[in-house]
Amino acid sequence: MNKQDTSTLNPSDRQTVKFYQTGTFTVGNRLLDEEFRTVQATTERSNSLDSGHRACQGCGQALGARYALDAAMRATDNKIIAANATGCLEVFTTPYPETAWSIPWVHSLFGNVAAVASGIAAALKSKGDTTTRVIAQGGDGGTTDIGFGCLSGMFDRNDDVLYICYDNGGYMNTGVQRSSATPPAARTATTMPVGDNPGSSFNTGKYLPTIAMAHEIPYVATASVHDLHDLERKVEKAMTFRGARYIHINVPCPLGWGSQPAFTIKLSRMGVECGLVPLFEAENGQLTDSTKIRYRIPVEEYLKLQRRFAHVLKPHNTHQLDAIRAIAESNIKRFNLL
Amino acid sequence: MTVQHKPFAITLDVGSSHLNKTGSWRSMRPVYVDRLPPCNKTCPSGEDIQGWLSLAEEEDYEGAWRLLTRDNPFPAIMGRVCYHPCEGACNRGSLDLPVGINSVERFIGEQGLINNWQFEAGEDSGKKVMIIGAGPAGLSAAYHLRRFGHAVTIYEAAEKPGGMLRYGIPKYRLPREKLNAEIYRVENMGVEIVLNHKVDDIEVARKAGGFDAVLICVGAQKSNMLTFEGAADIPVLDALKVLRDTELERPNQLIGRVVVYGGGNSAMDVARTAVRLGAQDVKVISREDPDNMTAHKFEVIETIEEGSEVINLRTIKSVNGHEITLEIMKISEQHHSGQLRVVGTGEYETLEADVVVLAIGQNVDPVLFENSTAIELQERTIKVDSIMQTTQEGIFAAGDAAPSQRSVTSALGHGKKSARAINAWLAGKVYQPAPQNEVASFDKMEPWYYSDAPRTVQPHLDAVRRKSGFAEVVGDLEPEHAKYEARRCMSCGNCFECDNCYGICPDNAIRKLGQGQGYEFKYDYCKGCGMCDTECPCGAINMIAEDI
Ligand SMILES: Cc1cc2nc3c(=O)[nH]c(=O)nc-3n(C[C@H](O)[C@H](O)[C@H](O)COP(=O)(O)OP(=O)(O)OC[C@H]3O[C@@H](n4cnc5c(N)ncnc54)[C@H](O)[C@@H]3O)c2cc1C
Ligand SMILES: Cc1ncc(C[n+]2csc(CCOP(=O)(O)OP(=O)(O)O)c2C)c(N)n1
Ligand code: SF4
Ligand code: SF4
Ligand SMILES: [Mg+2]
Repeated sequence: MNKQDTSTLNPSDRQTVKFYQTGTFTVGNRLLDEEFRTVQATTERSNSLDSGHRACQGCGQALGARYALDAAMRATDNKIIAANATGCLEVFTTPYPETAWSIPWVHSLFGNVAAVASGIAAALKSKGDTTTRVIAQGGDGGTTDIGFGCLSGMFDRNDDVLYICYDNGGYMNTGVQRSSATPPAARTATTMPVGDNPGSSFNTGKYLPTIAMAHEIPYVATASVHDLHDLERKVEKAMTFRGARYIHINVPCPLGWGSQPAFTIKLSRMGVECGLVPLFEAENGQLTDSTKIRYRIPVEEYLKLQRRFAHVLKPHNTHQLDAIRAIAESNIKRFNLL
Repeated sequence: MTVQHKPFAITLDVGSSHLNKTGSWRSMRPVYVDRLPPCNKTCPSGEDIQGWLSLAEEEDYEGAWRLLTRDNPFPAIMGRVCYHPCEGACNRGSLDLPVGINSVERFIGEQGLINNWQFEAGEDSGKKVMIIGAGPAGLSAAYHLRRFGHAVTIYEAAEKPGGMLRYGIPKYRLPREKLNAEIYRVENMGVEIVLNHKVDDIEVARKAGGFDAVLICVGAQKSNMLTFEGAADIPVLDALKVLRDTELERPNQLIGRVVVYGGGNSAMDVARTAVRLGAQDVKVISREDPDNMTAHKFEVIETIEEGSEVINLRTIKSVNGHEITLEIMKISEQHHSGQLRVVGTGEYETLEADVVVLAIGQNVDPVLFENSTAIELQERTIKVDSIMQTTQEGIFAAGDAAPSQRSVTSALGHGKKSARAINAWLAGKVYQPAPQNEVASFDKMEPWYYSDAPRTVQPHLDAVRRKSGFAEVVGDLEPEHAKYEARRCMSCGNCFECDNCYGICPDNAIRKLGQGQGYEFKYDYCKGCGMCDTECPCGAINMIAEDI
């Protein structure tokens, strides 16, 4: 009865797996067959991103990167080369001359990581190396703004690269400026909470997962650091495809969000449970699956733990709260989250 | 020193981030803790419920049985008759419904009987203890004293051991083969039970046997009685005697229209016994309203299911011939300001009966203490101090005879506690209970991680079949269900190795030591973010301030 394979299971059906207590919601579980535990539950995980890095306490991105790369390492028998855009992830891992990476890793510029990775993939191809795989990674700024042209080109050419975007909703490394992935109403250094529509504007910005889908690349997925089984499954699945793939991981940032470091996982979970962070998968431009909300919560529960949204919960500002509720509602319908 | 030639602009070798000890950033430090699960805290026998459920989850039933019986020697009995206050405290109740602890306990007890697991006595201490009364308190104390290695003799007035387990609780709730088997297991440790031996004088008995210490576990065996106004023409019986006569298969007196007076569990047991013995009509008269009866709700429900009528807010005023006059009672509006909660209305009604049974409580029989002036009684029970010693040194008291909740589990807990106190006293010491850990309250947990798992329901015999005999009403859990039910336990306050902390630390600052070994923090790198504490499902991590 423990032999049920959770990796092929529809994400929303996972709790029907018959090993109760915490089933597959925790990282591991001593009652689970080893083969169904996460990579992170094993002592053999590669720790691609290791101790001693200088990320803030409770950094969601440091966690997301280790999760994703360790899963990719296991999926490829440790044959990964990673290219990294400028951003927190690059800065906090490689202050000269130290590195926190235990995998081949290269940094070039803020806006060109997709092109660098495409180049590495081309080089491997010309060498006849079919087993080493390439990952490009960057923050939301490096991905949705400055790096977008290179990324769209990589999608267009269907280069054999998995691009992972760690979305913390802003240019965090340079002091929390707005990016095109900053959520509406959020306060940043460049979208101050003043005026009738405090914080970042509504009806602006881009949602890269659906833009990636529009390129009809083989695989697109969104993930969240609170649901490790789901995240690892998506990375492993991405590695089964050739061509351009895109995974967008929601990573809370205590500094930029004004949240407690201890609440990073909690917030990533609440973001999903309130409908503001949809988790889904798409192949060749078609939505194939979505991870269902387990216990739906009101958006304000999620917002109230983040100082960047403090003004939204003020009594005079119900129009912003209503507009955010409407976004959650629309995500739920659009991605079939219930 | 050798000069290295490096390419232009590169002056240093690649170094590892391991050189950067981020532990120096920390102002709070995570530590692993064992918190006290609310079930364990609430169990009057002091069982490590979370501990044995955890072994049962792994299907290590012998391990579970051994851990359970470390505190309570009677899992098959308690899995049937215990009022399970643990379930009322269970944190899972805040999520869906409490873990069916009692039904799993019964399952574990059954495994013990099937596999004939036995207890080991401790190494002979050379000390002798006399216990008066082989009810649950006396048997539990005997068990724990034998484990300490003391010789134990129990003097029991009745023809068989068990106390109220045998002569109070009817068979349909506790089949006698289960009772006998678990008592036999305690006897098998070398406990001497002298039956049909009523102790009349404690000091005489102690001297005669050369005992070093004495434990009084005589229970509350004397029924409270009443005399009614009027010229009754029908028998007025004592509930304990009725139940005892039933057990001994003496001629049945519960014939015709039976009225049971009282609203407690004994009243329910008498009514249900009367139905089984073929009484024509059974009515329970309770002074209280349904919400305030002392009987447990489930027992009242089962009683009604079997066809008895429960009449609330009535007292018996008089019995004349076969006619019983009841006064209609009401809940006083002034009961908060000192008046009785339930008061008479001055209105009356009548009913006909052929026999009345009084089930209005029991008390300690004071006759035993008439010669022992050093042993003081207080509010009709034996006065004891915090370690269960009476006012006479070396003489202890436990169970219903001492101030207690008057339940089997509290009697068993008393037995354990008094055995520990006697053990210390025999060594010239004073028993010091171990300090308790902080309670693992629900707010210390992260319930999101627990799978949805509805509680299993134990099979119940149909009411029609219950009426026709003394077959057991509640059935066993199937093995699969028992495992499932055990796995609903959230392991409150105690690490169950879910790997969450190890997985979610953004700084890889936790080392996993391997199955069964737990984890340790790498304080060189832990930044003290507190995520591991927040995300520990069961609340087994605590953040404490660094000394900075
Ligand atoms: C009808 C009924 C149903 C109950 N049902 C439940 C239930 O479902 N669950 C629950 O938790 N509790 C129940 N209780 C309460 C529970 O039975 C008692 O709290 C418990 O049995 C007390 O244990 P004890 O060992 O202190 O005393 P007892 O069980 O009363 O045992 C005392 C023993 O001492 C012996 N004894 C007394 N005097 C002497 C003497 N002078 N010399 C030698 N031996 C002597 C008696 O014969 C008896 O065997 C019930 C009680 C009754 C009356
Ligand atoms: C061409 C260029 N412009 C600006 C910068 C400064 N810069 C470095 S990181 C960064 C923001 C990174 O934001 P994001 O990609 O979202 O990553 P985050 O730090 O939030 O993880 C900026 C503006 C740069 N390095 N190069
Ligand atoms: S969930 Fe388990 S440990 Fe927690 S109170 Fe209930 S039985 Fe005890
Ligand atoms: S999650 Fe890691 S860094 Fe944060 S407190 Fe726990 S051990 Fe320390
Ligand atoms: Mg960013």
